[in-house]
Amino acid sequence: MDVLVCVKRVPMVGGRIALQGDRRRLDTSLLGFTVSPHEECAVEEGVRLSEAAGGSVTVLTLGPPEAVEQLRTAISVGAHHALLLETDRDDFGPLATTRAITRAIEGLEAERQSPFDLLLFGNEAADTADYQVGVRVAHALGRPVATGIKHLEVGGGSARARRTYRGTEELFILALPAVVTVKEGINLPRYPSLPGRMRAKKTVVATLRPTYEAEGLEMRSLAVPTTERRSAEVLGHGVEAVPPLVELLVKLGVIE
Amino acid sequence: MSTVVCYVETENGAVLDASLRALTFARGLAAEATEVSALIAGPPGADVTAQLQSFGVTSICVLSAGGLTGYAPLALAKALAAMASRSEAAAVVAAATDHGNEVLAHLGALTGLELAANCTKAHLVEGERRFRLVRQRWGGSLIEEAVLSAATGLFSVAADSVQPVPSPAAGSLAVSEIAPQLDALDLALQALESPEESPGISLASAKVVVSGGRGVGGPEGFAVIEELAALLGGAVGVSRVVTSLGWRPHREQVGQTGTRVAPDLYLACGISGAVQHLAGCQSSKHMVAVNTDPSAPIMSRADYAVIGSVAEVLPALVDAIRARRSSC
Ligand SMILES: Cc1cc2nc3c(=O)[nH]c(=O)nc-3n(C[C@H](O)[C@H](O)[C@H](O)COP(=O)(O)OP(=O)(O)OC[C@H]3O[C@@H](n4cnc5c(N)ncnc54)[C@H](O)[C@@H]3O)c2cc1C
Ligand SMILES: Nc1ncnc2c1ncn2[C@@H]1O[C@H](COP(=O)(O)O)[C@@H](O)[C@H]1O
Repeated sequence: MDVLVCVKRVPMVGGRIALQGDRRRLDTSLLGFTVSPHEECAVEEGVRLSEAAGGSVTVLTLGPPEAVEQLRTAISVGAHHALLLETDRDDFGPLATTRAITRAIEGLEAERQSPFDLLLFGNEAADTADYQVGVRVAHALGRPVATGIKHLEVGGGSARARRTYRGTEELFILALPAVVTVKEGINLPRYPSLPGRMRAKKTVVATLRPTYEAEGLEMRSLAVPTTERRSAEVLGHGVEAVPPLVELLVKLGVIE
Repeated sequence: MSTVVCYVETENGAVLDASLRALTFARGLAAEATEVSALIAGPPGADVTAQLQSFGVTSICVLSAGGLTGYAPLALAKALAAMASRSEAAAVVAAATDHGNEVLAHLGALTGLELAANCTKAHLVEGERRFRLVRQRWGGSLIEEAVLSAATGLFSVAADSVQPVPSPAAGSLAVSEIAPQLDALDLALQALESPEESPGISLASAKVVVSGGRGVGGPEGFAVIEELAALLGGAVGVSRVVTSLGWRPHREQVGQTGTRVAPDLYLACGISGAVQHLAGCQSSKHMVAVNTDPSAPIMSRADYAVIGSVAEVLPALVDAIRARRSSC
């Protein structure tokens, strides 16, 4: 069971998003970086599948040289191989990203002389939320795909992928090799182990330089929405705030 | 005259509210008169037809494909592709639901067309094959202005930010069937449906949500959160830290990668107010924060605050509500 997982490096935004002066980029000078929770779960799912059935997990990212950090984190929780598609550009859109990832996978599969049984993606990237790279890669490679999956079983040459939509459970049965995009909640990712961290340090990360192709969707500017910044009316400190809080609940019609 | 094709979702014999908003968005795409064609998955009842007509739809195509029993994203995408090419559509639109985004991603992949997801506004630049658009990133915590150059633009519509407005000029309506050419691979992707077990008060539609974060201190701390939620007829919500630590299940998580809620009252207990958490609760009518830190980011989003420890304030609040009820 060989799995490939795609992850994307994004800033770990906390209480407030700050933009650079050009209003086209986030000010990340004080921020750490991570991947989407959906993608953390995709890595965990891949590792669990390889633990249950044998096989390997390869993680792939398209991003700056520093994105090697996100690949090493994946290795520290159980992935085996890593490939960085290194670029200094931050304007790869969904089509250019799809092309770069598709070519890289074709290259890896030619080398191994067999397709990965499963390609895992996040349902959507944390930052751009384009909701499409996994589906586009599946089409480019001619493989079946299911999105937003919260429960996955693989065996007997097929994947049974489930999710719930508006109260109805949906089951997709995909012949392998297949593509699945997952959502947080499919599993509870583990934390890195000490041996995992050691392995991550030593693992050689393969690097390729993808070619950029311009596309039709062009970002012009970013803005933080103007939700009025208010200051909360302080009802009180500690238990002394309970009577005014009860009054408020009555006023809001929550209690009688 | 330009044509826009819209994928419309229905449930229990009515059009989804999100799809009505997508139709409103579709009508507003061009300055000139816009003809809106709708694709729906099964035969429309009288109510669906009437709703679509009042939202300015002039033709309905019903997906008909032998062997399909459930939602089939690829079959829907193929039908949209056929409708769009037949009418030389300026755009194809769907609500940014899990289904809408998925169908449009397939359509984009089939046709090579670009898809702008989670749009709140879009407008065709007159005389050009170019759209100006506004869309959400980071679950709505960031707004992007962009330009999309495409023969046919694909848009999913962030439904919360578009009001559903019936068309003032609702006209006649034609209904036809569309049967896209399917192959075995498409049918393999068809969904089987089965009812879910009943989950109690659903978090997504609860009128009151009592949410706990890291400040609750541990899994035991949620007993009082549950008690309070039950007293207020509400649901329990949590932050991601709480699910990552395994204190509570992910289905209770509120936020960008959890559930979006829009209750009358959101009570945030021991939650700092990270943008990804707020992405899931910023449509709440009233927000109250209980936090030991008066400078936590949640304080600039909440309407009311109690500065204090969850462990002290919540048990006292539960007692006070109980006392009030027994004295009435
Ligand atoms: C891509 C991405 C997606 C994410 N998606 C989500 C999501 O969907 N939902 C989500 O919630 N998060 C999400 N996060 C995580 C988010 O960034 C925060 O890490 C998380 O919301 C913080 O949870 P918290 O407020 O419980 O914890 P903390 O940030 O640690 O805050 C704890 C708060 O409790 C207060 N406190 C401490 N002790 C007490 C006490 N005794 N009484 C009262 N108050 C106390 C503290 O003052 C502090 O404000 C996401 C992150 C990323 C990068
Ligand atoms: N730059 C990238 N590098 C690796 N994987 C990516 C990249 N961008 C997107 N993906 C993958 O595609 C998924 C969907 O992304 P998107 O369509 O951009 O929302 C993400 O969750 C990732 O798994």
